[in-house]
Amino acid sequence: MAAQTLTEKILARHAGKTSVEPGESIWVDVDILMTHDVCGPGTIGVFHQNFGRDAKVWNKEKVVIIPDHYIFTADKMANRNVDVLRAFVKEQGLPHFYDVGSERYKGVCHIALPEEGHTRPGEILLGTDSHTCTAGAFGEFATGIGNTDAGFVMGTGKTWLKVPPTLRFVFNGDLPPYLMAKDLILAVIGDIGCDGATYQAMEFDGDGVYALNIEERMTLCNMAIEAGGKNGIIAADQKTIDFVKSRDKAGKPFVVEKSDAGARFAREFVYDVKSLRPVVAKPHSPDNRAYVDECKGTKLDRAYIGSCTGGKMTDFRAAAKILAGKEVRIDTFVVPATTEVARTLKTEKMVGKTLEEIFLNAGAKIGEASCAACLGGPSDTFGRLNQAIRCISTTNRNFPGRMGHKQAEVFLASPLTVAASALTGQITDPREYVS
Amino acid sequence: MKLENIIQGKAYVLGDNIDTDQIIPAEYLTLNPAIPEEYRQFGRHALAGVPAAQGGLPKGHVPFHKNPTDLVSGFQIIVAGRNFGCGSSREHAPIALDAAGIKAVVAEFYARIFYRNAVNGGYIVPAETAERLCEKVCTGDELRINLEACKLENLTTGETYTLRPLGEVVPILEAGGVFPYARSKGMLPA
Repeated sequence: MAAQTLTEKILARHAGKTSVEPGESIWVDVDILMTHDVCGPGTIGVFHQNFGRDAKVWNKEKVVIIPDHYIFTADKMANRNVDVLRAFVKEQGLPHFYDVGSERYKGVCHIALPEEGHTRPGEILLGTDSHTCTAGAFGEFATGIGNTDAGFVMGTGKTWLKVPPTLRFVFNGDLPPYLMAKDLILAVIGDIGCDGATYQAMEFDGDGVYALNIEERMTLCNMAIEAGGKNGIIAADQKTIDFVKSRDKAGKPFVVEKSDAGARFAREFVYDVKSLRPVVAKPHSPDNRAYVDECKGTKLDRAYIGSCTGGKMTDFRAAAKILAGKEVRIDTFVVPATTEVARTLKTEKMVGKTLEEIFLNAGAKIGEASCAACLGGPSDTFGRLNQAIRCISTTNRNFPGRMGHKQAEVFLASPLTVAASALTGQITDPREYVS
Repeated sequence: MKLENIIQGKAYVLGDNIDTDQIIPAEYLTLNPAIPEEYRQFGRHALAGVPAAQGGLPKGHVPFHKNPTDLVSGFQIIVAGRNFGCGSSREHAPIALDAAGIKAVVAEFYARIFYRNAVNGGYIVPAETAERLCEKVCTGDELRINLEACKLENLTTGETYTLRPLGEVVPILEAGGVFPYARSKGMLPA
């Protein structure tokens, strides 16, 4: 049998085959289907229309519903959509629903999924959100789908997939203190372009990747879609196994595997982590890469720290390290990805103060856990760019109008770079604050 | 929709990397496409996020809708460059184009999820061409696509271009989407 990549192995096993070839179309069994308030109502509509009003989902334990996009808004239509989710959950008796206004409310789905034990090595996770690829950090195949695909999975537990060729990205060496996973992935996207991995798997490997904690690995995989990738994936190691076991209360068994020696990669890219510099993506595309030292001094109106890619505890620890005891010079918005992150900001301390105190004392505003302004949303969304201003953000997309106003300019950067820039009101190299 | 071999209509020309936030900005995603009246409303907001200077090439500043309140555009075919539909997985993107009266998009290639959504929902025909048509066709040109012949004829200029075969997605488009396709194959009860 030919040597297989990790992505090929997972897909083959879920198709009941011993091996698969890139380009082959296969039907696979899905382990987890996730949907949220933006695509859930459409998905539920497709499900009812095609399987009938009285139809039941294929497996209640495998459907996870996480409202997170338009939550803290007065917009009636947005609130109506959460009601559609509630009615469906009640009708189907779904156990994994994280309702707004309840103790169980979580926030951003891609961070909520692992926190609540819905990510496991070797599985297939599909979600109605392109950043579902985040979960590849747990050694599983995870990708985004639309409403029609999700409606089909809801009724059958199956979908068809084309096996992607795999691109391999090897990072060697330990990350210097002024760099984060966000710099690595922005460097990759800058190198291969926003269509450089279209239809392909992006596997991240090397001691530089395994030195990263789980949250930083999630940042790498999260932005695979920004290069057009079908999925991002990192083989599970002991850190992954420990995290997954600590979160999955049911203790469901899982399969840990990695790419075979001799597996065929469509292309391989090797990076020496120590030689990299802090990176930004300039407006209006994640592949519009520049080094911070090339555009430092660019005047800014706003800084934003949040989202699935930049609103985790690792991101806030990095920002707090720079903001502690100092004051921001521009409007700075802090949005924890989940309620668990929000609670930890209130308890975890650095230099005698909680992270929340550090941010508030620095003059930042803290919002409630959700997707918030990462994708604009209704006009009353916390942190939304309602004017044509310039913002530096830890989020993952800077398309025209992505964070609100069509003429607003968004620079994407690591939490370190965003925090350093918040202090000066211009794009600032984090090396001025961390050695 | 069912697949028609001949698709004829006026072209609206766009450039590279037209992302889903440009096709349907996030503020309109509160509409639920499963409700027919709200599905139609998506047509009004289709391409609302495209910066004015890049809408309706080569000159730009061509509105996609004659009047801002129109649900349907006066254009039926979109011609674009590389990586059309990149970004989010929102199925609202091909839905918005369908609701606006677009029958086909002709691009160099598509972002994966947009392509899959366009086919699985049977909303529009995502045709591909090796030619850089976004620099050869002008907004307002009358185009005629012949899918079986893999030809695109510009009736305004008289020029003819080659399209890539639609390949393995033809049966799904012919059935009208992945559900009718699966039923016709006995994978789902009829």
